[in-house]
Amino acid sequence: MAEYKEISPSAPAAARLLNWIDNRFPLSKLYNEHVGEYYAPKNFNFWYIFGSLALLVLVIQIVTGIFLVMNYKPDAGLAFASVEYIMRDVPWGWLIRYMHSTGASAFFVVVYLHMFRGLLYGSYRKPRELVWIFGCAIFLCLMAEAFFGYLLPWGQMSYWGAQVIVNLFAAVPFIGPDLALLIRGDYVVSDATLNRFFSFHVIAIPLVLIGLVVAHIIALHEVGSNNPDGVEIKAKKDANGRPIDGIPFHPYYTVHDIFGVSVFLMVFSAIIFFAPELGGYFLEYNNFIPADPLKTPPHIAPVWYFTPFYSMLRATTTVMVNVFSVLVALAALGALVKARSGAVKLGAVIGAAVLIYLLKTFDPKFWGVVVMGGAVVILFFLPWLDKSPVKSIRYRPNWHMWVYLVFVAFFLVLGYLGIQPPSDTGTLIAQVGTVFYLGFFLLMPWWSQLGTFKPVPDRVTYHAH
Amino acid sequence: MSKPEVDQGRRTWVAIACGAGAVGGVATAVPFVASFQPSERARAAGAPVEVDIGDLQPGQKKTVEWRGKPVWIVRRTPEMLASLQKTDALVADPKSERKPDELTPMADTRNEWRSLKKEYLVVVGICTHLGCSPTEKFQPGAQPSLPDDWQGGFLCPCHGSTFDLAGRVFKNKPAPDNLEVPPYTFLSDTRLLIGEAKKA
Repeated sequence: MAEYKEISPSAPAAARLLNWIDNRFPLSKLYNEHVGEYYAPKNFNFWYIFGSLALLVLVIQIVTGIFLVMNYKPDAGLAFASVEYIMRDVPWGWLIRYMHSTGASAFFVVVYLHMFRGLLYGSYRKPRELVWIFGCAIFLCLMAEAFFGYLLPWGQMSYWGAQVIVNLFAAVPFIGPDLALLIRGDYVVSDATLNRFFSFHVIAIPLVLIGLVVAHIIALHEVGSNNPDGVEIKAKKDANGRPIDGIPFHPYYTVHDIFGVSVFLMVFSAIIFFAPELGGYFLEYNNFIPADPLKTPPHIAPVWYFTPFYSMLRATTTVMVNVFSVLVALAALGALVKARSGAVKLGAVIGAAVLIYLLKTFDPKFWGVVVMGGAVVILFFLPWLDKSPVKSIRYRPNWHMWVYLVFVAFFLVLGYLGIQPPSDTGTLIAQVGTVFYLGFFLLMPWWSQLGTFKPVPDRVTYHAH
Repeated sequence: MSKPEVDQGRRTWVAIACGAGAVGGVATAVPFVASFQPSERARAAGAPVEVDIGDLQPGQKKTVEWRGKPVWIVRRTPEMLASLQKTDALVADPKSERKPDELTPMADTRNEWRSLKKEYLVVVGICTHLGCSPTEKFQPGAQPSLPDDWQGGFLCPCHGSTFDLAGRVFKNKPAPDNLEVPPYTFLSDTRLLIGEAKKA
């Protein structure tokens, strides 16, 4: 609790008003902690724009969403027509809707780049584990939000996409079918499903999402931002206790962000006005056909941002489960040879035997769901998987960069394959990609320690322009 | 500052109050979770459907809605029925032995052609993988997404599962099981009741 502060009665009216507020609400304190005296490293590069952009897109989605709800009808009989009504009859409705639909894809673009930045510079390492975990939770919420929202236009892709994803839950052993029934609220995706997805999309998930964003930022401002060198700027402070390599967020990074926001808005507007469907990637063509529960479109695929994970789901066939079993057995063999204590050896062998038994017992369909979910959940554990002695890619062995590049390449290839109709070659490539993706994370405790690391400087590297 | 004495009596009551509060909280969650279940209206919509199949020509398929799902009725030609012998070795569960209560509730349909009358196939047109509706690929021979020795059947557009002309899933495909054969009854030679197996 702060002491009550008196201010000279002859002070300007604005100063007196601020003093009046500050004695009742920590306005100046909050501003200073999060903006005016938040010291961010001075060596940020362009990768550091995507956090601010994600916040901007969140605001765009919330504002456009509020206006869309004013004309949308969450009713299986009316939903499709109400979206067309927004597009054709509501003044400027098309613009608001295209901002919302393009915003959804833009959200994933900036969030994927934001996450990759974290990966490059080790922004999830101690003491930023919670910043990363809140971020992963935000990513999960975003996926839920996008999935629930995609049902609302009630087009063919909405309907069958929801059908497929809800049925994923039916693959869970024992409780699956009842769980899927509980999610749908009916025996098939129907009006009941549409209504509850609407509720989740407009209120439940956004509330959680905003809470997590606040937690993400509070945690970040508590520990301070990482930077491309992965050097802790708080280690070197000047006489006033301010980090020597830090600059106040305002005005330096606010101005920096205005530039980034301008570039982003140029691209964003270009898409909205000239290619709102972006060749079927942002708005799929099949979704311009009203939902028909009796007919699946000849080719269904999720929107692009889900396809890397969707590819992994499709790649998990009987053959793939056998490959997993062999890999688990090899891992156990490795533990048997390398582990020092007998208990670890025994544990590894028993664990592997149980896992192989389960792999062979349950349907590959269930394991497909496990792989897809695991591919997202594994991100949460990244702070403890990475055991490299340095944070930033700049001071890691050069070949680490190649591992990251192959990882990104496979992620993009998986994304591409998820859009394409299933084919034998495609499945084979997706299977290799899935093994690489999982191996990248699961073997990280070992490979991240290998190689010759470069000396990390005491201060950040910075060249004034 | 010395550590204050713990009043065990109060601590017990605090623990009991917390426990009772937790029970109350969980009990309050029950009606909310239960409200996710299908409503009475949704449950009532599962009535059997009557279909006229008099106009169905050999080699044709008809789709009707039952419990919101597509049900296919295919009148198979003798060639189509002959193809089932060739696919016997290629399908995962040729004799409909897996999950019989769920997939083939009528014991009379647990045969090679999976139907009461050999000529008419009646199956729920929902892939057992993730619930897409497969497309008909009755034309035999090589074509995109299908093997070169294709005998005719169904292809699921979502994940590439294939089924033969008795709705039996081919081996090593994402779909774990054959297509579901719903309970049905021939009311006459040309009238079919889907959703109920009446004893003749």
